[in-house]
Amino acid sequence: MSDRARTLYEKIWDAHVVERREDGTCLIFIDRHLVHEVTSPQAFEALRLAGRKLRRPELTLAVPDHNLPTTARLDENGNRLPIADPQSAQQLAALEANVAEFGVRYFGATAREQGIVHVVGPEQGFSLPGATIVCGDSHTAAHGGVGALAFGIGTSEVEHVMATQTLLLKQSKTMEVRVEGTLNPGVTAKDLILHIVGTIGTAGGTGYVIEYRGKVFEEMSVEGRLTVCNMSIEGGARAGLVAPDDKTFAYLKGRHFSPKGEDWERAVEYWRTLKTDEGATFDKSVTINAGDVQPTVTWGTSPEDVVPIGGIVPAPESFPDPSKQNAARKSLDYMGLEPGQRMDEVEIENIFIGSCTNSRIEDLREAAAILKGRKKADNVKWAIVVPGSGLVKEQAEAEGLDRIFTEAGLEWREPGCSACLGMNPDKVPAGERCASTSNRNFVGRQGPGARTHLVSPAMAAAAAVTGKLTDVRDLVS
Amino acid sequence: MEAVQEIDGRAIPFGQKNVDTDLIIPAKWLKTISREGLGEGAFEAVRAEEGNIFDQPEYMGAPILIAGDNFGCGSSREHAAWALLDMGVKAVIAPSFSDIFSGNAFKNGILTVVLPQEQIDRLMEVAQTDPVSIDLENQTVTTPFQDRFTFDIDPFRKDCLLKGLDEVGLTLARNASIDTYEARQKDAMPWYAKGTGLAA
Repeated sequence: MSDRARTLYEKIWDAHVVERREDGTCLIFIDRHLVHEVTSPQAFEALRLAGRKLRRPELTLAVPDHNLPTTARLDENGNRLPIADPQSAQQLAALEANVAEFGVRYFGATAREQGIVHVVGPEQGFSLPGATIVCGDSHTAAHGGVGALAFGIGTSEVEHVMATQTLLLKQSKTMEVRVEGTLNPGVTAKDLILHIVGTIGTAGGTGYVIEYRGKVFEEMSVEGRLTVCNMSIEGGARAGLVAPDDKTFAYLKGRHFSPKGEDWERAVEYWRTLKTDEGATFDKSVTINAGDVQPTVTWGTSPEDVVPIGGIVPAPESFPDPSKQNAARKSLDYMGLEPGQRMDEVEIENIFIGSCTNSRIEDLREAAAILKGRKKADNVKWAIVVPGSGLVKEQAEAEGLDRIFTEAGLEWREPGCSACLGMNPDKVPAGERCASTSNRNFVGRQGPGARTHLVSPAMAAAAAVTGKLTDVRDLVS
Repeated sequence: MEAVQEIDGRAIPFGQKNVDTDLIIPAKWLKTISREGLGEGAFEAVRAEEGNIFDQPEYMGAPILIAGDNFGCGSSREHAAWALLDMGVKAVIAPSFSDIFSGNAFKNGILTVVLPQEQIDRLMEVAQTDPVSIDLENQTVTTPFQDRFTFDIDPFRKDCLLKGLDEVGLTLARNASIDTYEARQKDAMPWYAKGTGLAA
């Protein structure tokens, strides 16, 4: 190890180099591998065909999330209900067979620990500070919220990690997103990351690993940090990081797979060294004034298409870049919006509270605080709350949040990815709008023709109450 | 992986910026447990439009796709690379690519060629009527009209593509180094080594 000042990313990288090649490519050791049913079948199949095994099965954790329906999974006698879609059922069956054959720890469809991989990892203490974490899913960036170097990989890389517990990688450039000042009341971690993505653009972080720095992140809860890091990929960065601190350690202590006893003490001692050194430099620096961040919504079909809730739909001509003007015209056509239209007058027919971005207990509390004692508007036809895991669901029910949601006219569902990408039956109908706490507003993402507005859990709850995009601060006195 | 040396033929002048992998292959096509047959779902939303470029006879099976900035952004789904391969696409030319997509493309023997926008504009024009040639060894893109553009590529990736090397096999050959790393970690940072505690 060198004595020069290093960034947090460089420290984690250096600690995982197995071999460094002359051209700078490194063989990097992978500490944790999360597996779900969609991006793993072809990897297991390739291992099988080559007669290979998992090198370190204890470093892999599997859980199904993308395909599972969020309706009841057991009948009244406790028997498992079949999945109606034959392809979804086949993908789930393939995962079950593969984890049994290759000896991988598995939280199955009806286990109380089941949930979205990116909620389950930190919640189970599987995701640890300073670890390298991968998963065949781009929102793996989320785990950076506990100070891990975590990034999404493709299925060929899933196979590579299974067989070798390593990846061949080129070191990324470093980018600092520094947020100065404090967030205004009613502004959440989700609003902040939408604002950041709007500022740097969806390609702004390509080739970089982002470290989020400043008092805002020190004061932010671990769950808020997970939300911010989760959407690093929407800014083009494969990974995002927040330095681990006492909040991180308190969050992880005593969790299922967290280190215990002397291991815990030694781990915390090491984790305290995981921060960017004084004098270390970043390849790129972006500064954001926290006071500028308002409750934020998207108007278009790219996560960078953001505007404060008090704003208007922009005119395509207002963008300097001609190709962005074109993209904006197409987006507005798809979204059924007119330039100059006020965002807080856009009517909403569907509400989705969930996804790996916003389905943890704090997200549900934030939404419930707005919905308590209120009803959803009549024009809201479909409104679902999908907890991120079985444990989140239990906790929410213990706090009575489920009753707040159902009394307000929202449906309380089983855990999974759900309407974030509509691989299961939860889809937004064509031409209808959804105020969604998920992470992508791409064309067709929530279903063919679906129109997505990305928002925070509090803003989704506010939209449910008024039937249109609404400044949540108007509902809090 | 099949070796790649030269790619010649028609190039689809798509040109769109920020093409996300949801657009390349929508989520409903991800329910497969195979790598095959995804070409049918490739660019489904675009192909739903009458007269779209992908369904014009001269571009059917074209080996090259030309796109705008930030191609392959969004989801990490390797199905996007498999869908392109199944369409017959062996190379994508764009001003920039998302990190995850370019890795996925490489692992499937799809060449990602980065060229500046003005050269892309020229290729978009040529591709309306004529073929385009990519020579990996010499790192050039040429047209029948004396255009000759050079591109950069990571030397390791170039070597793997030219020889069609299997990356998993290459890394397994480094087994001794991985053993050494693991032994060191088990000693210095045992909390990472334990994982789920479920050993083989």
